[in-house]
Amino acid sequence: MEKILQGNYAIARGAWEAGVKVACAYPGTPSSEIIFAISSQYKKDIQAEWSPNEKVALEVASGASFAGARALACMKHVGLNVASDPFMTLSYTGVKGGLVVLVADDPYAHSSQNEQDSRHWARFGKVPMIEPSDSQECKDFTKLAFDLSEQFDTPVLMRTETRISHSFSPVLLEDRRESLIPIGLDVKDAPKYTMVPIYVRMRRVVVEERMKKLEAFADEFKYNVMEINDPKIGVITSGVCYNYAKEVFPNYSYLKLGIVWPLPKKIIREFFAKVKKVIIVEELDPFLETEIRAMGYKIFHGKDVLPSLYEFNPEIIEKAIKGKRYKPPKERINVDELPKRPPNLCSACSHRPFFYALKKLGVFVFGDIGCYTLAAAPPLNAVHSTVCMGAGVGGAFGASKALGKEGLGKVCSVIGDSTFLHGGITPLMDIVYNKGNATTIILDNRTTGMTGLQEHPGTGFTITGEPTNQIDLEVLVRALGVKHVRKVDPYHIKETMEVIKEEIERDEASVIITVNGPCMLHRREKRKFEHPYYEIEIGNCRGCGMCLDIGCPAISWREVMGEEALTTDGHKRKGVVSINRLQCPGCGVCQQICKFESIVPGKA
Amino acid sequence: MEEKVTNVLLSGVGGQGTILASDILCSVFHEIGYDVKKSEVHGMAQRGGDVTTHFRFGKKVYSPLIKYGDVDFLISFELLEGLRYINWVKKEGKVLLNDQEVYPPAVNLGKMKYPEEVAKTFKKLFKGNAFVIKALDIAVKCGDARAINIVTLGAFSKFFDIKDEIWERNLLQHLPEKVHQLNLNAFREGKMAI
Repeated sequence: MEKILQGNYAIARGAWEAGVKVACAYPGTPSSEIIFAISSQYKKDIQAEWSPNEKVALEVASGASFAGARALACMKHVGLNVASDPFMTLSYTGVKGGLVVLVADDPYAHSSQNEQDSRHWARFGKVPMIEPSDSQECKDFTKLAFDLSEQFDTPVLMRTETRISHSFSPVLLEDRRESLIPIGLDVKDAPKYTMVPIYVRMRRVVVEERMKKLEAFADEFKYNVMEINDPKIGVITSGVCYNYAKEVFPNYSYLKLGIVWPLPKKIIREFFAKVKKVIIVEELDPFLETEIRAMGYKIFHGKDVLPSLYEFNPEIIEKAIKGKRYKPPKERINVDELPKRPPNLCSACSHRPFFYALKKLGVFVFGDIGCYTLAAAPPLNAVHSTVCMGAGVGGAFGASKALGKEGLGKVCSVIGDSTFLHGGITPLMDIVYNKGNATTIILDNRTTGMTGLQEHPGTGFTITGEPTNQIDLEVLVRALGVKHVRKVDPYHIKETMEVIKEEIERDEASVIITVNGPCMLHRREKRKFEHPYYEIEIGNCRGCGMCLDIGCPAISWREVMGEEALTTDGHKRKGVVSINRLQCPGCGVCQQICKFESIVPGKA
Repeated sequence: MEEKVTNVLLSGVGGQGTILASDILCSVFHEIGYDVKKSEVHGMAQRGGDVTTHFRFGKKVYSPLIKYGDVDFLISFELLEGLRYINWVKKEGKVLLNDQEVYPPAVNLGKMKYPEEVAKTFKKLFKGNAFVIKALDIAVKCGDARAINIVTLGAFSKFFDIKDEIWERNLLQHLPEKVHQLNLNAFREGKMAI
């Protein structure tokens, strides 16, 4: 049966068909759907979990592999940085049950803090990497990755990019086949799995021998596909770029690589013998180009014309290769002048009033990865640093060390509930242990918001919705030694500001946790607001725009003239605001900001 | 079957049902024998940003993204989001617009003006190939403002010679049962809108 599947769902299907028993991930765009799909469709056969972070995800998967089960760990490109510690050494231990690490890159950083190219991890870690180019290959390659892993006793990296993970195309479905490897642990395997120097040196030899065998395998890999059309120009490419190039230059010859590490040198040599000039089409870094140049070949075009920047598309490739011969379509209007529509915090989001309070206090905010990055945009402009998950907690501590007593009251870090559990606990431990005075603010919206509402160890539910232990954040931070823990309702701006001020001025470590502010998109937890919506008392509105400072999508301003340019009590005004009733859930934050009593509760 | 690949670009604002509409298109055209690919292009989903979906069908489809300037059909659920992609449409391409304005932040803040007479601009440039429908009004009349995507699909179905039975069956497969009748009505009303 054929079904149209998203790349990520095809990977989930592939894992199921391959007989996978354990699948772990921390959510991260564009990889998040894989584990969700597994947990919702294949939970009978696969134990899926949201892990606290990617390192744990890979460690759990590796343990399952050592015990003979096929196991999958999924992450976005920066997730592999977190998981890199076990990853680099798992290359030495090898596997028992197939172990696949799915890593999803995000060229042009649609939803990421950088644009790193994960192919380097394959070379760095000495493990094979395969790269599918559509949903069918996502499924096929996932299955193949597990076979490869067991055949060569190695973790296997499978790399996708946003456009593979999030595109849909038809997939032929097949049945599940259980792995033939028996489940069980054997203490006699210790030298294989215990990476102390004496065994490391032994395994290092195995790793190098394995690379040799993998090179021979790559040479014969059936998913390296050569298409000889016009022999004048040949394109070497892989993954989604093959589709873009094929679209704009259907007559060129192609070598589409299914395995990008180790490099399949034999077929590359054959291709060079068959075509006159070679163009290498790859997104991000010149990975293939560098390796192919090192083989001694001259390349007609590569990164000299194709950018290292941007996410590719057919136009970018056509333009780069055609150069001056490229004729862009006629521009009808200049669309750059149109108002943009950037993502925004939702109406009534509990983060909005909290960041407004921080802005009013003029504090330098070390932020984190998640919806709060949206508070970096105008009009809030209330996040001043974002590096990676957990980085803000340590960052604020470092800044407070640099600033000394002068820094009191001027700096804090803000992190979410899910990201605090991902990477915020250890730096907070550091603040207490090393007698710091930094303030850590946990904005607890009861879910992993930005990636699409995934459960985590603080929500009290597992990925399948089963009730489980729920971490009490206050108890946790007190156990780390934090003496000053405050809870605030973020929707009360004045009190929030007072609490923040007291804590950031305190010369001791402190933590503020927001309460009763679940994500507005949360299905299970909802905050009840006192009023169904708010509206403008039009006679009172001075059009001052104070309420616009919170950037609420429901509030808009318009210019007024003539009779309308006066309030009921005769004050001149240039405009008035209005509240879109359909978009206003009634949080009342704007009412607290208005100085002219022109925002009033609406009637049910 | 035609060798040529047909390119459909759907644009709108997060929450307008762009993605569901493209899911339905995918299954309809796949059922009648085409290769299909679709790709959602959006930043941080669900946060009020713009959402576009590239949908392509043909004998064999390679790229999941449409090439700039190669759009055969532009379907937009919002006027500004339609205008944003006006340069993507082929000279002889068709445009289907829902006559609805959703203000972006810069307009809400009074810093920029919402573009005027968007529908007119399209009509001037695309003449008889520009179709404007009041999908929101029709959806509300059918009982739920959220059905604008299905109303628009109904209108879009008129461009093709595909049996209603195929459209409607695929439509229902993507929707929970309790809204089946409402959406069937929305689809049928949409067909009458152009």
